Amino acid sequence: MLGLGILKGFYITAKNLVGSYFTTERLTTLEYPEVRAKLPPASRSFPFLVYDGDNPVDGLRCVACRICEKECPPQCIYIVPERDEKGKVMKKPRIFDIDYSVCMGCQICVEACPFDSIKMDNIYEIAVRNRYEPLLMHREQLSKPNTYFHEINPVDAIEVDTRLAEEKRKAEERAKAAAAAKAVAAAKAAAATPAAPADAAQTAKSAPAPAPAPTPAKPTTPETK
Amino acid sequence: MNNASTSSAPTTANATEAEAPVSPFPLHSSPFGPSSASGATVRAVNDEFHGDLLEISLGPHHPSTHGVFRMNAALDGEIVTKLKPVFGYLHRNHEKLGETNSYLANVPYTDRLDYLASLTNNWAYVHAVEKLAGITPTERCEYLRVILGELGRIINHVCLVGFLLNDLGTSFTPLLYSLRERERMLDLLEELTGARMMYNFFRFGGLRTDVSADWLARLKHYLEGLFARYLDEQDALLTGNEILLARTQGTGILKPDLAINAGFTGPGLRASGVDYDIRKVDKYSIYDRFDFRVPLGEHGDTYDRFMMRMLEMRESVKIILQAMRDLPDGPVNDPKAKSRGLRPKAGEAYGRIECPKGELGFYLISDGTPNPYRYRVRPPSFINLTILEDLCLGQTLADTIIILGSIDIVLGEVDR
Amino acid sequence: METLEQIRDRIVAKFGADTVTLITNPGPSAQHSLLLVAHAARDIARFLHDDPALRLDYCSNATGVDWPDKEIVETVKTTQPDPAGGPDKVVETKTKRIQPGCLEAVYHLYSIALKSAEPVIIRMRTANRTDDVTLPSLTPVWRSCEFQEREIYDLYGIVFTGHPDLRRILMWDEFKDHPMRKDYVGPDDYEWEPTPHGEVLERAKAHYPTPPASTSPKSEE
Repeated sequence: MLGLGILKGFYITAKNLVGSYFTTERLTTLEYPEVRAKLPPASRSFPFLVYDGDNPVDGLRCVACRICEKECPPQCIYIVPERDEKGKVMKKPRIFDIDYSVCMGCQICVEACPFDSIKMDNIYEIAVRNRYEPLLMHREQLSKPNTYFHEINPVDAIEVDTRLAEEKRKAEERAKAAAAAKAVAAAKAAAATPAAPADAAQTAKSAPAPAPAPTPAKPTTPETK
Repeated sequence: MNNASTSSAPTTANATEAEAPVSPFPLHSSPFGPSSASGATVRAVNDEFHGDLLEISLGPHHPSTHGVFRMNAALDGEIVTKLKPVFGYLHRNHEKLGETNSYLANVPYTDRLDYLASLTNNWAYVHAVEKLAGITPTERCEYLRVILGELGRIINHVCLVGFLLNDLGTSFTPLLYSLRERERMLDLLEELTGARMMYNFFRFGGLRTDVSADWLARLKHYLEGLFARYLDEQDALLTGNEILLARTQGTGILKPDLAINAGFTGPGLRASGVDYDIRKVDKYSIYDRFDFRVPLGEHGDTYDRFMMRMLEMRESVKIILQAMRDLPDGPVNDPKAKSRGLRPKAGEAYGRIECPKGELGFYLISDGTPNPYRYRVRPPSFINLTILEDLCLGQTLADTIIILGSIDIVLGEVDR
Repeated sequence: METLEQIRDRIVAKFGADTVTLITNPGPSAQHSLLLVAHAARDIARFLHDDPALRLDYCSNATGVDWPDKEIVETVKTTQPDPAGGPDKVVETKTKRIQPGCLEAVYHLYSIALKSAEPVIIRMRTANRTDDVTLPSLTPVWRSCEFQEREIYDLYGIVFTGHPDLRRILMWDEFKDHPMRKDYVGPDDYEWEPTPHGEVLERAKAHYPTPPASTSPKSEE
C-alpha cells in the first residue's frame, strides 16, 4: 500500500519522541556548562609532567633525556637540560616547552618516556584568544603533582607507582649488594664506601626546600580544575 | 569497453579551446574558461548548441559537499551537462610529511585521513608496514584488530546513512539518530584508546594496549541491545519509505564494467553487482575464519549504495560477535616487533585493506633508514570521485548532491 | 595467476626483448615489478588488460617516485707488487660517478574478474628529471588512473601524453613547482608559528623582522 512506509516512519519518530520522556537511553545530550561529562580515565588531550612530592622543581621525574623530543611526530617539545655552575649537564630540564597549538595528543611521548615522567592530561577547556604565547606551555605550567595524576587516571597511576617503587627497591638492593661486594673485595671492613646508586631516576626525596620563587603567572594561563 | 574520454556530455560547451602544448586546457583555466575561483560563481554561458547554460560552482563550503569540495557544474535548465570536481582545499601534503617522519610517527597522522573511521586507516598503514618489514602480528591482536576494524566500519556507515539522508532533505531526524549511536560507540572507544576520533591505537605487530574483558562485554551488550534496536528502527524508518525510494532509485546508475575500470571500490562497487570484497579476496588478517556474507546490489543506483551500508552494518555486527566468541588469550603485542626505531630492510610493499569507503592501500618504499623513502596513500574517496561526472550527467542538480553523498567521500582523504 | 617471470616472457615474446625488465624487490614482501619501456608501455598495458589469462582490469594504485641523482663511490682494491721485494701493497682507488636520477610512475594492477590477491606491479621511468619527463598515460586503459596521473603530474611533474585532462589537481593552477620531489624547497613566507623548534622559526624570522616574542623565556632561577 502506498504511503505505508511514510506512516511507519511517523510511528518510529513518535515512538522516539514519547520514549525520550521515559528512558534516558533515547537522550544523549548533556547541558554542557552546568553538567560535565565524566571523562574515562584513559581519555587524553595534552601531555603534562609529573613530579613527586611537593616541590615541582626537585621532584620532577624528567631527566631531560630528550627521547620524547625526538619521537614527537609534530616536533612540539623543546627541552634544554639544566647545567650546574661548572657547566656540567644535570639530569633536569631547565626549559621544557610543549606547544599545545601544535601538539596533536597522540601519546607517543608517553609511550617513549622511560621514566614515566610525561603523562596525558584530560583538560579540554584551554581555548585562548591569542595564537602565539598562551598555548606555549612552559615547565612551570606543565609540572603537575603525582596526586593530580592519581585523580585523573587512578588505574595507571597506581600501576606506575608500584612499578617505580619496585625499581627503586631493586636499585637499592643492587646498590647494597654492590657495596657489600666491594667491601668484601677490598677486605677493609672499616673503610668500605657505599657506592652511589646506579639508578638515574632521581626519585630521592630531597628535603623540602623553601617554596620556589613564584613565577609570574600569565593572565591567560588556563587554570586546571 | 569504456573509452576514457572524460566528458561524455552530449556536447562540449567549451568555447575557450586554447592551444596548449601539454594539456587540452590551458593551465590557468577551468574547463569553462577563466577560473571562477575568484570571479562570479553563477554566470550564463552562451554557445551555439544551448540556449543558456548556467555555470554554477557548488561549494567549496556548501554543507552538502561533505567538506571543502567544489563542483563546477554546467546546467541546462535543471539537468547537469558537465561537472568537474575541484579539490585540494584541504591538501596538507600528507605524503611529504610521511617521508620526514619515522614509521611510528606516521601512525597518528593516518588518523587524520579518513577522520570518520580512523581505526581502519591505522590498520591499513600498520598492515603495509608489517608487509614491508615482515612482521607477523599475534593471534589475539588479529582478533582485536578485526573487532576494532569492524567497529570502525559500523561508525562510518552510521555516519553515512545519516548524512545521506540529510542530503536528501530529511533534515535531521535520521542524522540525529545516527549521531546518537555513533556517540555511544565513540564513548566506548574513548574508554579504550583515550581519544574519540584520533585513536592512534595500532602498532606494528600488535596494539598499543590490551583490551579488557569488561570493555568487550560492554561492547557486546551494546551491539546486541541498543545498536540492534537502532538498526531495526532505521530500517523501518527508511528502507521502505516511498519518498526515499522515489528520490534514490534510478539515480546515478553505475554500470559494473565502468565501475571496475574506474577503480571504484567498496560498497559502491558491490552495489553495481560486482562481487569484490578485499576481506574475501585477499583474506588479509584472519577474515577467512569468519562466516559473513558480502551484500551485493543489482542496479548500482543510489538506493543500492545506501542499502549496501545498511546491510554491511549487520554483517559487521556478526563478525564482531564471532570474533569475540573466538578471542584467544595470549600476548597482544609481538615482543620481537619494534615500534620505535623500526628500520625495515630496503624494499617496497603495497598493503591494502577493505576500509569502509573502499580499498585503502599504502605503498611504502624503504631504503633502510628510519623514515620511509616513499609513503603513498591510495585513498578510496579520491579515486571513487573519478566517475562523479559520469554518474551525474543527465541528472538533476538535486540528485547530484545525493549521488555525491552516496559515494561517501571524506575530504581529509581526498585531499590528503 | 601466472608468475611475474611468465608474464615477462610473454611480453618479451609479443613486444620484443628490450621492452621489459624484471625488477626484484629485496624486501620481505617480495613484490617484484616489471619495468616497461615508455614507448611500448601503453600497448603492453592494453595487452595486460585484455589478455584472457591475466585480465588485469583494475588499476588500484598509480603513484610517482622520485629518484634524484645519486653519487656512487666505487672503491677498487688492487695489489701492487713492491719493487723493493717486500710484501705487496694494497692500493685503493676511489672513483666517483653520478648515477643520473629519474622520475618513476608505479602502477599496481589487480584482476577483479579473476580475484587476484597479489598485485602485478608495472613501472615506467622518465629519461631524466629536468626536461625529458614525458610518459605515456595509461588512463585510456584504466580510467582509475585519471585523477592519480593528474596528481603525479601535480606533485612530481611527470607529463603524461594522451591524458584527457592534465591539470593540477591538489595544488592551485598558478603553483609553479612540484612539491613531492626530493629537492623541493618549501616556501618560507608563511605566518610565523610559535613552534619551539628553531628551523621554522629561523626561516620565518627572515620575513618577520620583529617576531611577536621569543619562543622560550629566560630561565627565572
